[in-house]
Amino acid sequence: MTAEKLAEKLNFKIISSGNMNENTISKVFCCDLLSLAMSKSPAGAAWVTVMGNINTLAVASLTESACIILAENTELDEQSVQKARQQNITVFQSEFPVFETAFMIEKLIHE
Amino acid sequence: MTDAIKLEYTVCNDDFTRAGEASSDIKDKLKKMGVAPEIIRKVVIAMYEGEINMVIHANGGKITVTITTDKITMVLSDKGPGIENIELAMQEGYSTAPDNIRSLGFGAGMGLPNMKKYSDYMDVQTQLGTGTTVTMQVNL
Repeated sequence: MTAEKLAEKLNFKIISSGNMNENTISKVFCCDLLSLAMSKSPAGAAWVTVMGNINTLAVASLTESACIILAENTELDEQSVQKARQQNITVFQSEFPVFETAFMIEKLIHE
Repeated sequence: MTDAIKLEYTVCNDDFTRAGEASSDIKDKLKKMGVAPEIIRKVVIAMYEGEINMVIHANGGKITVTITTDKITMVLSDKGPGIENIELAMQEGYSTAPDNIRSLGFGAGMGLPNMKKYSDYMDVQTQLGTGTTVTMQVNL
């Protein structure tokens, strides 16, 4: 499933579209510690986190996440939004907590 | 690849907005060279952790990356405060990072352990008050 389809099905707010129509989701990944995410996040991850800063973008880009989903309506500051758009990093926002957001994605991937 | 390729990067002091740029550049270059994804991942993780460490602890520094036919060598040198206890610093979970760094999602004490884990060889030379040089190699 593409990141775009995911956002559409689960009504995620699109903060930065990036290459959402091309990025295919392989797995859900949840983590707020960036060093852990750096070493553990699989390529193609739908990464659910409440850590919304510019370093989240760097880690997502380096680990080739399909998209970042900021749970609990976590905001990304303006500078980071600009950077995400410049670098084609896909960022969505979910009103639900981390677990619920990840659970909904997991169910959808296996439908 | 007959000759070694040498790349140099400057890591700026306290500049979290640019941390990761050197790793990102290396990732793109290795991809273009056709290096295997699992090798690129090792290099990128090791180097990103090094970059972040330099920003957090050492007022920035310099990174030199040399790519030869059999390995990628990264030398990260800074003129920071040095590492007081290298054995402790190598332990997962040990960190001297301040609270503001932790609130950004770092400071979990995984930097140096990740660097060691994802490189095939690592050497740390450090002197209090003078600086630290970390050499890491990833075999191709």
